[in-house]
Amino acid sequence: MSTETAEVKETKASEALFSKRRKKLISDPLIDDNPITIQVLGICSALAVTTQMQPTLVMAISVIFVMVMANLTISLLRNTIPSRVRIIVQLAVVASLVTLVNEILKAFAYDMYKELSVFVGLIITNCIVMGRLEAFALGNKPYDSVLDGFGSALGYSWIILAVAFFRELLGSGSVFGVEIYDGISSLFGGEFSLATNGLMVSPVGAFIILGLIIWVQRTKTGYVEH
Amino acid sequence: MQQSNGYIITFSVILTVVLGLLLSGTSQLLGPIQKKAVELDTKKQILGAVLESSKLNAMKSEEILEFYDNRISSKVVDYEGNEIEKDDDGNEIVAENVDVAKNYKLAPEKRKYPVFIFHQEGNEDDAEAIIVQLYGAGLWDEIWGFLALDTDLNTIEGVTFGHKGETPGLGARITEGSVQNRYQGKKIFDDSGEFQSVEMQKGEGKDYSGDDHKVDGLSGATITANGVNAMLENYLKAYKSYFEKRQKS
Repeated sequence: MSTETAEVKETKASEALFSKRRKKLISDPLIDDNPITIQVLGICSALAVTTQMQPTLVMAISVIFVMVMANLTISLLRNTIPSRVRIIVQLAVVASLVTLVNEILKAFAYDMYKELSVFVGLIITNCIVMGRLEAFALGNKPYDSVLDGFGSALGYSWIILAVAFFRELLGSGSVFGVEIYDGISSLFGGEFSLATNGLMVSPVGAFIILGLIIWVQRTKTGYVEH
Repeated sequence: MQQSNGYIITFSVILTVVLGLLLSGTSQLLGPIQKKAVELDTKKQILGAVLESSKLNAMKSEEILEFYDNRISSKVVDYEGNEIEKDDDGNEIVAENVDVAKNYKLAPEKRKYPVFIFHQEGNEDDAEAIIVQLYGAGLWDEIWGFLALDTDLNTIEGVTFGHKGETPGLGARITEGSVQNRYQGKKIFDDSGEFQSVEMQKGEGKDYSGDDHKVDGLSGATITANGVNAMLENYLKAYKSYFEKRQKS
């Protein structure tokens, strides 16, 4: 046994920057352990911001930034944080980062700030962020925590982007503001126009799309909730 | 040691100070840039009432600010239509800085009303349009806008609306050019000269081109539309004395 632990320590000391284990930290949350579709966390913002691609992308980038930085900070402090106040410490760190993102958006992307500021503020309450801090960053080294945060945020991001893609396409007939439906109908000489679906722009649309994504994913992976 | 009250308190104090410094530092650093962003946004909205949005979007920030300086002159009027230059404390009032949300809380007679005059370059007397500010409540939160009147002070040249939290795809459509264009050419006074405002109707898809005081509605956003109607009515009424005074001179 003792040799085994020693071995593990040795490999750890010289572990490659992107070793298999570390790659898994990033790739696991994308499909197999996706925060939205498997853990069903962070649903509220997935419903709220996904009517259009562009704000969704800004939201995704913001979440990635907040999660990576929060995981890094908490991981660096993990040995000094008193366990009795750890939740409030995590909250303070996340809230500060979120305020930072909001201030930066206000200065450099005012249009996005107007649209998103409420939801960016709500990243604080996004269970994925606190969940990863509590479950991973408190007990792991900084670099691993950064990878873990990045992976989870990426898993969250691709799902909300996928939902936003279908919601904007079906609900507004466009993608990233580019009028797809108008383009298609003018391609056929404008003889018909495609109708947009109003259901898709309301949160109900997000539920439906999200449900379909989860269905497809679980059919493929065979995942069953216990 | 780590669980002692002293340690926890020290840790919390240090954390609070560090995070507090970080945030106030960022706020200080970004403050001027944010102020500029807000200013640009306001001027963009004001110009949006007289310019096509495609034209406005094609302009760079500096171009917009320069265009604004060359073509817009502003002043502030009161409910009676008289120009006010100084506030109660004797400070000069700048129309762009009038906080419409703050004024909205006062009685209509006590509010300050900014007026933006779109004029030919280099000649402030050669007005092309008079732009007034609007403010009110939508379904979820505040809505606001700017409305440009032709020099006859009756025909609407254009409007821009903004909102804080209307439902995306429903009420939030008031920010779309296709909705705002419906107001072009409508009139705020009827043939006998009585004030009549312009009302967005319930339901969508009908043709109101023959009616000077009605525009097509927003399907699924009747309450937002009602808010827009109330906002137009309240504010145009408040500007009425100014319009009449200006008409006479």
